[in-house]
Amino acid sequence: MMTFLALFWSFLKIGIFGFGGGYAILALIENEVVDIHGWMTTTEFTDIVAISQATPGPIVINCATYVGYTATDSIIGSAIATFAVCLPSLILASLAARFIYKFRDNKYVDAAFKGLRPAVVGLILAAGLTLINHDNFTDYISIIIFAIVAVCSYFKVNPIFLLMLSGIAGYFIY
Amino acid sequence: MLLKLFIAFFKIGAFTFGGGYAMIPIIEKEVVDKNHWLSKEEFMDMLAVVQSLPGPISIHSSVYIGYKISKFWGSLVCALGAALPSFVIILLIAIVFTDIQDNPTIEKVFKGIRPAVVALIVVPVIFMAKTAKITWKTLWIPVAVAIVVAYLGFSPAYIILLAGAGGILFSLIRKDK
Repeated sequence: MMTFLALFWSFLKIGIFGFGGGYAILALIENEVVDIHGWMTTTEFTDIVAISQATPGPIVINCATYVGYTATDSIIGSAIATFAVCLPSLILASLAARFIYKFRDNKYVDAAFKGLRPAVVGLILAAGLTLINHDNFTDYISIIIFAIVAVCSYFKVNPIFLLMLSGIAGYFIY
Repeated sequence: MLLKLFIAFFKIGAFTFGGGYAMIPIIEKEVVDKNHWLSKEEFMDMLAVVQSLPGPISIHSSVYIGYKISKFWGSLVCALGAALPSFVIILLIAIVFTDIQDNPTIEKVFKGIRPAVVALIVVPVIFMAKTAKITWKTLWIPVAVAIVVAYLGFSPAYIILLAGAGGILFSLIRKDK
């Protein structure tokens, strides 16, 4: 019972304080589950990160589900940790949406968004740039896949279809 | 409606490899291009808002879009849809086997997927730039933001605050003239 409560509390904190999306949250999760609670070792944690990258879905959800299970040996633990990590989002993001649509016509809110749009373009570009590294680009084939997908994506080919195709290509090429 | 939302976000959750930003092109396809639940501008505004909130942007986006479309139940259904595929898959992995990352087949498939994910994040930036009405005169803004965030480690949260304040300031100055 105590472990369930501790899990809930830990992942609630992770959901609240994790600024800057998936990868920035990893350090926070490591601190909670490895250093503070000792639910797993650093090696196990690294494995989870690898598994998270090899499976679909948001990394935080993946971590919460996995740690929740290993720490309690039950699906309930998984569900509690996953719910806890989503809870702040459910509250914060729906409040934000409510606020934005209520004040959308306010001239200051409108002006703020005019300033935000070019910055958002830069932020997404930044996310793309940080992913151009040796983990994602192992050889010239990676560059070819990148180029083909880039062109297809420019001509609006469905991204899910492109991902599946790249996976199949990877399987046969490597 | 709720069922349509659930299916759309289930797809989004099932095909997002490598974190929140990889989700963006797929959300855009489902929510803006296919179902017209949000306009392109609304979508960009959503991105600005969710990036300034603490917590995972993937879940934030699902909740935000869900709320816009069907209020409370919409946000709940979208978050559940986006989280469910990973929940089930990870649970199976945790229960059945733990060495998936050493599996040679999986590794091969992912060697193909990883560069594709990067391309799917970078290319939509061109379309977003059009939506944001970026001209040669304002091109420095996204470029500068990308450089300080990607290579100098600035937090996106500060950039958002700064850009919002900048937008308000700019509109005030223009009015004075």
